[in-house]
Amino acid sequence: MATTEFAVHGAEPGAVREPVVNDFSIQVATVNGSGSQSANTVLLRTIFQMGIPVSGKNMFPSNIAGLPTWYTIRASKKGYIARKKEIDFLVAMNPETAREDTMSLASGAAVLYDEPLKLNELRSDVTFYAVPYDKICAAVCSESKLRKLVKNMIYVGVMAQLLRLDMAEVEKALRKQFAKKVKAADLNWNAAKAGYDYAASSLTKADPFTVERMDKTAGMIIIDGNAAAALGCMFAGVTVVTWYPITPSSSLVETLIDYMKEYRVGDDGKATFAIVQAEDELAAIGMVLGAGWAGARSMTATAGPGISLMAEFAGLGYYVEIPGVIWDIQRVGPSTGLPTRTAQGDIEFVAKLSHGDTRHPMLLPCSVAECFSMASDAFDLTEQLQTPVFVMSDLDLGMNNWMSEPFQYPDKPQNRGKVLTAEELQRAGGFARYKDVDGDGIGYRTLPGTDHPQAAWFARGSGHNETSGYSERPDDYANNMDRLAHKFETARTLVPKPEMVRNDGNEVGIIAYGTSHHAVVETLDQLQGEYGVKADYLRLRAYPFTSETHDFVAAHKRIYMIDQNRDAQMLQLLKLDIAIEEIGKLRSVRHYNGLPIDARSITDDIITQEGK
Amino acid sequence: MATTAAPQPKTNRIGLTVLDYRGGKTTLCAGCGHNAISERIIDAFYEMGIAPERVVKMSGIGCSSKSPAYFMGRSHSFNSVHGRMPSVTTGAVLANAKIIALGVSGDGDTASIGIGQFMHLMRRNLPMIYIIEDNGVYGLTKGQFSATADLGSKLKTGVINDLPPIDTCALAIMLGATFVGRSFSGDKRQLHTMLKAALAHRGTVMLDVISPCTTFNDHEGSTKSYKFVKDHEEPLHDLNFVPHFNEIDVDYDPGTCLNVTMHDGSSLHLRKLEEDYDPTNKTEAVKRVMQAHDAEEVLTGVLYLNTTAPNFIDMINMTDQPLATLPESVTRPSRAVLDECMEALR
Repeated sequence: MATTEFAVHGAEPGAVREPVVNDFSIQVATVNGSGSQSANTVLLRTIFQMGIPVSGKNMFPSNIAGLPTWYTIRASKKGYIARKKEIDFLVAMNPETAREDTMSLASGAAVLYDEPLKLNELRSDVTFYAVPYDKICAAVCSESKLRKLVKNMIYVGVMAQLLRLDMAEVEKALRKQFAKKVKAADLNWNAAKAGYDYAASSLTKADPFTVERMDKTAGMIIIDGNAAAALGCMFAGVTVVTWYPITPSSSLVETLIDYMKEYRVGDDGKATFAIVQAEDELAAIGMVLGAGWAGARSMTATAGPGISLMAEFAGLGYYVEIPGVIWDIQRVGPSTGLPTRTAQGDIEFVAKLSHGDTRHPMLLPCSVAECFSMASDAFDLTEQLQTPVFVMSDLDLGMNNWMSEPFQYPDKPQNRGKVLTAEELQRAGGFARYKDVDGDGIGYRTLPGTDHPQAAWFARGSGHNETSGYSERPDDYANNMDRLAHKFETARTLVPKPEMVRNDGNEVGIIAYGTSHHAVVETLDQLQGEYGVKADYLRLRAYPFTSETHDFVAAHKRIYMIDQNRDAQMLQLLKLDIAIEEIGKLRSVRHYNGLPIDARSITDDIITQEGK
Repeated sequence: MATTAAPQPKTNRIGLTVLDYRGGKTTLCAGCGHNAISERIIDAFYEMGIAPERVVKMSGIGCSSKSPAYFMGRSHSFNSVHGRMPSVTTGAVLANAKIIALGVSGDGDTASIGIGQFMHLMRRNLPMIYIIEDNGVYGLTKGQFSATADLGSKLKTGVINDLPPIDTCALAIMLGATFVGRSFSGDKRQLHTMLKAALAHRGTVMLDVISPCTTFNDHEGSTKSYKFVKDHEEPLHDLNFVPHFNEIDVDYDPGTCLNVTMHDGSSLHLRKLEEDYDPTNKTEAVKRVMQAHDAEEVLTGVLYLNTTAPNFIDMINMTDQPLATLPESVTRPSRAVLDECMEALR
């Protein structure tokens, strides 16, 4: 049940330990629906406000209330924000998992627990702090029904005292969290103070973990990837949004609704957008394509099961050549799968989604900043290429809070692609919808409603010729498919290029994408610092692969592709794209247990494969 | 020397001839009811003076869904996937609410594979005309029953249908469509009038048009054959339509005739053939439609009409300019807005 794998690095029992400053992970184990999210956010924000790089990850069940849930907070002076495999400080609030959670800790860790659980009897090589929550609760909260909620804020106070957090920052974070709910803020603040006072008077610090102020977070923001994507879509100029609720994508559209109501309603009270909750994902993608065909910047957001349902329409979009943006917030599958756990499980499926020959561009954001910026990239690309574009986020990115530099205002004007107006049609004397006039495989289109007798064309999945007329001629079909393939080659030159860290002479190259990035950054340091292995790194930002990726593969003897799926999906796609003699270089590091990937697992795997 | 001007072809109020509303040559079977419906569509759009460039022809898959290629070649058209035309149309209308959407579907495309999207389209009352070319049979796959086939009706192969039919009109009325009619491809005048009235309505117009399949379902024992429908058709009323750009110069007796002012100002006159039928009463309409099944009647006419319910576009309260062509200055908020959003996240 525990979400921690057995930790491998720990102090010897009884050893005198150096203080560990700004470099530890906290795991809060609670029951979902107990209101612990507010408390955890306050803890996270306090550390953030004190200038220490921090990340938070929620590992929650697919359930409304009553099942175990874990929240990990990592503080890292070096700026590592991937999940840390080892837990340093456990806050054990859930009686059901408390024993297993405690037993899975490495020696040297610390545990904060509810006094009646008597966890201190379990082992002698970790530091225990008992807190009589009920007693403290009763003193600060007269209403018994609120005590369950307030209880969480007591551990915030206790942790603040033990970690040497600044209580003024705790109060600031807490009041931000409760915003205008002053009464709730006061109640919670009293609880936090009571926890702090209890710790100060009754607990003796015996663990090495503390926080000291830094200046690494000044000016930064905290946001989850779905909210960042929502903001990105609003600034990209989306006008038609259709969706069907599905974890972990729902909050993307729900946040977008809030933002659009605030910022995209004109002075006349009229909306410059339409957002429709569809009856299913089949309808959601159908509406996206209908709107894209008619000229709107249209999008939907979904997850794996929704992607499966969209397969037929995705092929139609490819073949009729219609723009539309599909956000896939990937999770573990299939069917219900583990809807609240993360994976990069849809990569291979989406790349070729539908029957027949299809290829779809995918954008691969790794950060909240890219969720924002790639929204504009996606809308520009989809209209430029006249084909559906998928943005492959994941649950870890979409639903967790990440710190970030503030987002940059889009610096390029919208690229609406090759759309002919009535005037242009008049000058040109007509057009052929699927003719490759410019040599890039991309034809010109007109929008329904264009006021010109020659504007109309026939959008159809059936075989068609250059003028969109029905055709079953073998040469018409083959020529069209070849042009579509050529268009996909054009896409290679237009999609975001990878980011690279390269030095001459390194034999090992690592390729990763999406949220694996944060673990790989740490892995690079571990490889060099602990094993003397110098590796280069390429982070994919899109599919199709660009020439930089081919060059990177060619320049290294061994390539490790990091995939958060069982079947090495991105590696499989790369295999299809590189010369046969290069394929033998490819090695795979895979992570697929539903938890966000961590650096230690990658490092260990690479070192094993390197034979070190 | 006498000069005689060459006879000018007849034009409609926007100066187009009926030829401007023609499409490609039909590839459907000779005698197919769908071709007659295409003709009525051409006539109605021509007579109403609708610019074909303002129209989008939408369809799913099947014989019926091929037919948009055979009328109004100057209109954009989208032959989508099986049973999913409603969603594509919804997207298109959201993107450009100024276009006039005409959907052509079949009984398989609507009542079987497409029943889900059909029902949700009716709920939304999206402004569009949705025509079911209903022959009770799958033509393109050579003669299997569809879900509108009547209980006890017989396939060419002798197979008897033992499942009850889905009545698409009853569903449409119950779910929220605001103009629901049933007609017959062989009833030229009624269908023609109903289509013109449909063009005057802003909301979902759902027309189930019985359209016999001469190849697979026009035999003895079929309830969707020309003969059966002719013998069993029960019109609820005589329809007369006066478009908004013509003057109304006929007096109708309010006792025997219901006059409805349509959204665009046109008038629809329903001269009662059944004394008590009130097409504005939802519950009674469904009841009468269901009674017709028991009586083996093909009940035709405007079964239900509601000109006061808000349509989907009204409910969304969108800006008047089509979303598709809103400029970047409108769709991309300012730098100051981004700064404000960032500040709230610090």
